[in-house]
Formats: sequence, structure tokens, C-alpha cells
Amino acid sequence: MQTNVPGKNSGVQPAAAALGRDAGNGGCETLLPAAPRVTPTSFATPAFTFPQRGRWVKIREKIATVALCCATWAVLLCGFAILGTIAVKGAGTLFKTTPPFINMDFLTRAPETLHVFEDGGRTLEFGDQAFREFSASKRVEDPTWAPKNERSFVYSAGGIFPNIVGTLLLAAGSMAVALALGVSTAVYLNEYARQGRLVEIVRLAILNLAGVPSIVFGLFGYGMFVVFFGWNTSLMAGWFTLAFMVLPVVATAAEEALKAVPAGFREASFALGATRWQTLCKTVLPCAMPGILTSSILGVARVAGETAPIMFTAAYVLRDKLPWEVSRVADFFFQGVMALPYHIYVVSSKIPQNEYTERTQYGATLVFLLLVAAIAAASVILRGRLRRRRRW
Amino acid sequence: MSETRNATISEPAPVPAGPLIKIENLDFHYGERKALEDVSLDIGANRVTAFIGPSGCGKSTLLRCLNRMNDLIPGACIRRGSIRIGDLNINEGTVDPVELRKRVGMVFQKSNPFPKSIYENIAYGLRIQGLHDRHVLNWRVEESLRAAALWDEVKDRLESSAFDLSGGQQQRLCIARALAVQPAILLMDEPCSALDPVATAKIEELVHELKHSYTIVIVTHSMQQASRVSDQTAFFYLGRLIEHGDTRQIFTQPANKRTEDYVNGRFG
Ligand SMILES: Nc1ncnc2c1ncn2[C@@H]1O[C@H](COP(=O)(O)OP(=O)(O)OP(=O)(O)O)[C@@H](O)[C@H]1O
Ligand SMILES: [Mg+2]
Repeated sequence: MQTNVPGKNSGVQPAAAALGRDAGNGGCETLLPAAPRVTPTSFATPAFTFPQRGRWVKIREKIATVALCCATWAVLLCGFAILGTIAVKGAGTLFKTTPPFINMDFLTRAPETLHVFEDGGRTLEFGDQAFREFSASKRVEDPTWAPKNERSFVYSAGGIFPNIVGTLLLAAGSMAVALALGVSTAVYLNEYARQGRLVEIVRLAILNLAGVPSIVFGLFGYGMFVVFFGWNTSLMAGWFTLAFMVLPVVATAAEEALKAVPAGFREASFALGATRWQTLCKTVLPCAMPGILTSSILGVARVAGETAPIMFTAAYVLRDKLPWEVSRVADFFFQGVMALPYHIYVVSSKIPQNEYTERTQYGATLVFLLLVAAIAAASVILRGRLRRRRRW
Repeated sequence: MSETRNATISEPAPVPAGPLIKIENLDFHYGERKALEDVSLDIGANRVTAFIGPSGCGKSTLLRCLNRMNDLIPGACIRRGSIRIGDLNINEGTVDPVELRKRVGMVFQKSNPFPKSIYENIAYGLRIQGLHDRHVLNWRVEESLRAAALWDEVKDRLESSAFDLSGGQQQRLCIARALAVQPAILLMDEPCSALDPVATAKIEELVHELKHSYTIVIVTHSMQQASRVSDQTAFFYLGRLIEHGDTRQIFTQPANKRTEDYVNGRFG
């Protein structure tokens, strides 16, 4: 056994030398398996040269590089194509050439029906109200006046203000619910529960929630909150449905943040005669909060962007009243709202696509993208701020 | 709860005849692992007792038994024996560990100030006891910082973060924090292991001062430190108490061969 080892080592020497010699004519591939056995002694021999890679190896490498590069470009191109189309087509709706350069009407008014008709040889486009006023004034002159070649397109005039408001309300409320539920769960699992099989199963179950498609959450929310709890299509139902959807994100983030709080803080607190609850409130949660917020803030973009969960639970196709126009405070929670992602779904699937409807379709989408991007950017900035403040 | 506490383990000044802490035949397990075996030890009031011994011999474990910090470790339990402080068995069901820890303070090996201001660090223990009067708080914070010989260094920046202090100052801050709740007993687990000689000397000086009003138990790996600061020394080996007695006696004429080897640096 022992005598074998030096024999093996010395046997490498010629192989290594051969490697160096054969390298030039591309025959090195057959010898490659020998390479790992090259011992430090062979590096010491002055005649040693590093083998060239064979031609096929080089070609394969080249092909792989080019293919990967192409794939990356293809992805980039798709991204630009999608975002570019939306930006170009939507910009016409959202921006204008005269100050203040932003089409405030689009951001501050409710959706209306667009009426397109001919009058006096011109093609006119009016929103609901303008159309009514126009026809009224026409009928004063001529009681038999009727718009010629009138076509109307729902939601294609006015703006998307109620939708923006609804989306913000849904996102804020559902994050509040998700944080309350998620942080409580994480605190219980991490600080109170006895670590064991059961806790592991609960953790796994929470993680599995993350894999459930959002439409399933929508159906669950419909069955549970809308029908069974009798909340109808309402903010409350939407909040809870969306909250359940991001619960895994929030709970996992919270648990990570709690784990990152040094054990020394807890020990110090206990050693001073603090109870578990006091330690939690005065030390652990304040230390973990930045981490919890920064990680779960990414969930905000998700809840703001999902359509499926709110489709059956919270979103209205059209609602005249704004959310704060309620007679009782309780009504606020049990009203449905218009929401941006659902509005986009409606205008892009329920009405024809033509030059008149395109404006709202692309405009709403652009605003939606900007909104979600703004939320995501804000969260990234906030995350950086909070991270920098952390110092242990 | 507070009745039992007041009746028994508080009032350190009039020392009862006999030791303040009485450990009897203690067996301690981490799950199935035995960490302490048949430890019997008396710790006198207003004295400094040093625990020495090689790493893993159970010094910290015993220290943490004294304020029931081990309750927080799942599976850790006392299998046999008892610990009495004054004449109260601290592991009895009627003893609230939270109340116990207010009377038995602890300083850790790694200084662990809270990520709060210096002032808030000291006030923490007082606030959780429901003390919110600003004047009393100010006064107690100053008193504790003075007792920990830190007041002069930080009096101008009480509102700055505790993390702005040096390592040695942080450790003294932790001592001040423990003193603020006015414990009778102070447990120190290798308080100087992360400090330089100057900071160590300051803490040792402090221990000297504090022993007039507190009963101190200190774990240390430094023989010099043990001989400098302690009145009594207990030597542990593999979970057993090998020898204990006056520090001078342990260091000059130990009764046990292993103690002699250890204090002379021949193993461990
Ligand atoms: N949380 C724990 N869970 C399980 N075993 C532990 C735990 N803490 C300590 N032990 C074990 O108990 C024994 C005594 O540990 P202890 O920390 O009391 O030693 P020590 O004397 O303080 O050592 P050191 O000088 O290195 O701090 C060791 O064998 C250790 O492995
Ligand atoms: Mg230790």
C-alpha cells in the first residue's frame, strides 16, 4: 500500500510532460483526465508548460457564450418592446405639450364614456358630460338634432382617479393586515413556541402559501369573506384576501428579522428582570422592525399589482362615489372600490381596441407601471436608509 | 411574588449568619448532557467569589443557575440538589424568575448594550419596573453610572448611542445597567475577556469598590485576575467542583493536585 503511493506519483511525471508536448495539436482532450493528478513536483520541472485548450473546446465555449449573450439580448429586447410600447402609447394620454405637461384630467377625474360623432363635417369627441351639454345646446337651436354616426366607447374618456385611490387604499390596508398577522405569527413561532416538529410544519405551510396562484386566493377570499362572512364585495374582503397572499412574504421576512436580533439583547433584557412580553416590546421588536419593514415592503408592489385576488372580492368595474363619500364610518370598510389593475383588465378585454380606446388602455397601464415602480423604488430607498441605521 | 422577595433575598446589608448563597448537591443537565455534577458551594455575602476552571467545565452554567437564566434554554434543567439564596430555594414554584433576576444582576462576557442611548440603556431596567418619574430616573442613572466609574466619561453625552463607547466603556455601561436595578448579587461572566489591560484594570478596581455593597460572583480565565479581585475561589473541572476556599490558599497551597496544576498553568 505504502510503496504504491510514490510509484503512482512518479507515474504522473511522463503524463504531465506528454500533456505539454501534445497540447499544440489539439490532442490534449484524451489526456485531460490526467490533469488533476498532476502533483506539485511536476510544477517544479522547468520544462512544464500549460496545455492549450483544444479547438473543439474553444468552439463549444464560443457557441455557449454567443447563445447566452443572445438569450440575454432577447430578454432585454422583449422588455424594451413591452415597456417601450406602453410608454410611447401611454405618454400621449398622460403627458401633454403645454404646461403643466401632465394631463391632470386623466389623473384627477373618473372614467367616462367617450362619444365620437360627426357634426358639421367635423369629427367630435366628447366625454359624457361634455356630450350632454353639447347636445343640449344643439337641441335649443334644433329640437330634432341627433348626433350623426355616433359611436360610444365606455371608460375611454375622463380619467382614472378612483382607480388610483382604490389601489392605494387596497395596498395600504392589506399591508397593515398582513403585517399584523405576519409579525404576530413570526413572533409566536420564533419567540414563544417550543421549537420542534410542529413549528417546522407550520413554517412549511406558510412557505407553501407563497406557491399558491393568486386566482386561488381570489376564489378563497370570495368564498370566505364575500359569501360566508357576508362582507360582500368590499375593501375588507380585498384587504384580507391580499393580506393572505403576501402573508408568506411578510411572515418569513419577520422571522428572518427576529432571528437577526442578537441573542445578547434578549439575554440582557431578561437578566434585568424583564418579562418575555417586555423584552419583546422594548427590545426585540424595535430592533427587528426595520428589517421587517424593509423586507415586507416588497410585498406592497405585489399587492398593488395583483388583479386576480381582488376581482371577486373588492373591485368594482365602475363606481360613481369615491371611497370617502360614505354616510357612516363603518360603510367605508364595506364598500367596493375601483382598482387600477382590474380597470386595466376591464378596458383591455371588455371593449374593442381602436384609436379611441387605446388612450385609456395605454394611459392607465403606464400610470399603473409608474405607480408600482414608484412604490418599489421608495421601498428600496427606505430599505437602504433603514439598513444604514442598523449598527450591531 | 414581591412579598416573598422582600421577606427573604433583599436587604443585603445585615448579613445573616452563614453564607448568602448556598448550593447543595447540584446536578444540572442540558437535555441528556450532564453539565454539573454534585456541586456544593457556599458563597459569602459582600465578598467576591471567583469561578475558575478550563473551558467547558460548567462555570457559566452554574452562574446562570443563580439567576435562572438557564430557564430560557429548552431542555436545560436541574436534576438534583438545590440553590438557596438567603433562606429561599430559588427553584421553588413560588419563586418568579423575573423577580429573582431583579435581585440577581448579570454582566455578560460580550458587552451587550441595547441599541439605544446611554441614558436609555441604564433606564431600561427601571422603566420595566414601572418607574417613569423623570427626576428619579435621572438620579438613578447618574448614581449607577457613578457606581460603575463611567459618569465622568459620559455625562456630557448621555443621549448619544451606547455603541459610540469603547469596548471597555460599553462593558462598564453594562455593569451600570445591572446596578441600576439595585440587585443584591452581581454575576459576572468573564467580564474582561474582550478588553485590553487598561480597561480590565478599571473593571477590577470597580469590582473592589462594588463588593462593599454587593455580593459578586465572577467567572474568569485569568489566574491573575482571580487572585487580584477575589476573596474566595472555586475551581471546577469537568462539571465538578474540585476545590474551593480562600483565594490565597487556592493559589498558594491548593489541597488538590489538579487545582495546583491548573493555577500554575500546567493544563487548561
Ligand atoms: N445551551 C447549551 N446547550 C447544550 N449544552 C450546553 C449549552 N451551554 C453549555 N453547554 C455545555 O455545558 C458544558 C458547560 O458549559 P459552560 O458554558 O458552563 O462552560 P464554561 O465553563 O463557562 O466554559 P467557558 O470557560 O468556555 O465559557 C459544556 O460542555 C457545554 O458544551
Ligand atoms: Mg463560560
